[in-house]
Amino acid sequence: MAEEAVIGVLMLCPTSAYLERLISTRFNLIKLYSPRPAAQSHSKFLQLHAHSIRAVVGNASRGADAGVIDALPKLELVASYSVGVDKIDLGRCGERGIRVTNTPDVLTDDVADLAIGLGIATVRRVFEGDGFVRSGLWAKGYAPLASKFSGKSVGVIGLGRIGSAIAKRAKAFGCPISYHSRSEKPETGYNYYRSVTELARDSDILFVACSLTEETHHIINREVVDALGPKGVVINIGRGAHVDEPELISALLDGRLGGAGLDVFENEPEVPVEFFKLGNVVLLSHVGSDTVETCQAMADLVFANLEAHFSNKPLPTPVL
Amino acid sequence: MATLEIHNISDELPLLFVHRIPQFGVFFKTRLLTKFRLFDPLSPSEDSDVDALRNSARVLLCVGPSRVTADTLAQLPELRVVVGSSAGIDHIDLDECKRRGIAVTNAGDAFSADVADYAVGMLIGVLRKVNAGDRFVRRGMWLQGSDFQLGSKVGGKRIGIVGLGSIGYLIAKRLKAFGCAIAYNSRKEKPSVPFQYYRNVVELAEDSEVLIVCCALTDETYHIINKDVMRALGKDGVIINVGRGNLVDEDELVKALLQGELGGAGLDVFENEPGVPEELFKLDNVVLSPHKAALTPESFAAVEDVVMANLEAAFSNKPLLSPVC
Repeated sequence: MAEEAVIGVLMLCPTSAYLERLISTRFNLIKLYSPRPAAQSHSKFLQLHAHSIRAVVGNASRGADAGVIDALPKLELVASYSVGVDKIDLGRCGERGIRVTNTPDVLTDDVADLAIGLGIATVRRVFEGDGFVRSGLWAKGYAPLASKFSGKSVGVIGLGRIGSAIAKRAKAFGCPISYHSRSEKPETGYNYYRSVTELARDSDILFVACSLTEETHHIINREVVDALGPKGVVINIGRGAHVDEPELISALLDGRLGGAGLDVFENEPEVPVEFFKLGNVVLLSHVGSDTVETCQAMADLVFANLEAHFSNKPLPTPVL
Repeated sequence: MATLEIHNISDELPLLFVHRIPQFGVFFKTRLLTKFRLFDPLSPSEDSDVDALRNSARVLLCVGPSRVTADTLAQLPELRVVVGSSAGIDHIDLDECKRRGIAVTNAGDAFSADVADYAVGMLIGVLRKVNAGDRFVRRGMWLQGSDFQLGSKVGGKRIGIVGLGSIGYLIAKRLKAFGCAIAYNSRKEKPSVPFQYYRNVVELAEDSEVLIVCCALTDETYHIINKDVMRALGKDGVIINVGRGNLVDEDELVKALLQGELGGAGLDVFENEPGVPEELFKLDNVVLSPHKAALTPESFAAVEDVVMANLEAAFSNKPLLSPVC
């Protein structure tokens, strides 16, 4: 215990106040973001604490890059408060024998819940109804009629953990499920489509839940949107770049697409203003996994990895 | 035999007496006219003998929420059946109908899936702050770098369903797929369902994080969600109401929300529709909806079928499709 008290854990950016408290109970928490005198450079600050820092905590947008790793000769562990580790220089970590952990699985349910929430909100125009009441229009007439959600044909692009969780929920609404992914998954019992366009043609609601790769960049393009048609709805809880945004906007404005529910955008946090005047879209600020419970579960997992490493136990969720 | 006559001799199509308030039209008149002779007191034809028609009417079509009182019924001495077109029929005086031996039908299951979908949509909306999040984005606050508050997880929530009829059951089925734990209150325990039963709503609220109100409005269920229930649910608790406004003590609900004694609410129905307490308009933890949980083009088509089937059964003395009493 006495030794742990001097183990320095560097946090690269604000993640969660709860995690900060948790780390402080066992380690010496050093925050790169505060309270650092404004004039002091990152490298100066790192130099000052280099002798004690043995672990680094970052998140999906801020990871241990080569600069951070090279500045910390005693670094043993990079514990990321995220699923994605693309901001961490894994090559450098490998060379130095630095272990890397992430927080897989914990956010699957939240993202799937939100995807269904966006689906219902978009198809049933829940947000539009709310605005209708709040602006006092109800007393003057009837809200526009929406469409049914139950029983609609659902197409899922990417049947990984999140895609499967979406499919499971949609099934409980009596929706027939089809999917597109790199390879067929016969054990699921869902309809497989090799072509996204054909999947879109046979679907009412298309959920984008695949990972972002060169092949899936703009996987929702003009052809797919037109195949989905004027009553079709796109729900994107993946990455903004999955969707060709200008094509999506022009289809919505032309009435060639029925609606869209979007948690992610191509140039976040910039959202094209053309969306703002549309009643058939629901727009969120990339909050797919942002719940109190999941943030706590992620923090607990980061802490569990730190504790395991410094007591020479197996890491719960190692990447490297 | 009766059916044959109905189809063949248009002069002798059976008389269907219509009861409606001016805001609600007869929504599938053309289809009704193929089988029935309609009399609508709000648009009578000039030569009709209203008293004679009243005295001979055996079947009444009640459109939407138009009130059918003991007085309404007193004017129709020969009435045998009231065919309703909504799921809830609290606007029809059931006691008087029972006393006179008049059968009453509702919309059956025509609206159930849509109401269940909307209840789940509002619940996710409240817990995950979907509507508040949309306003946050449209007002440009994301771009300005403001922080948006964390939502609350749907999965694992303890859900109490008040009224496990067809709507309540479909809500339970949907939320089970989200990993929620389901319990319910209703007049009687339903041994065929795998959910925990609570005789007492306060106790259900104590053991729940969310209450979804979808029971019928009766004398017993008026203000079933009162101050005690809200207090038992607690300050993080969420109330979703897709039943009727009068199931919830709205004054107490507004007070609890304003004072932070309740976590949030999703409301499709209100005590004085279309009036909505304006104090709710500025709250981000509520989702408001203009009584449209049941309304989709698909459910309208389904309710037409249910109403037609009930009317045809009523005129041919066959068992009604969706009798309430």
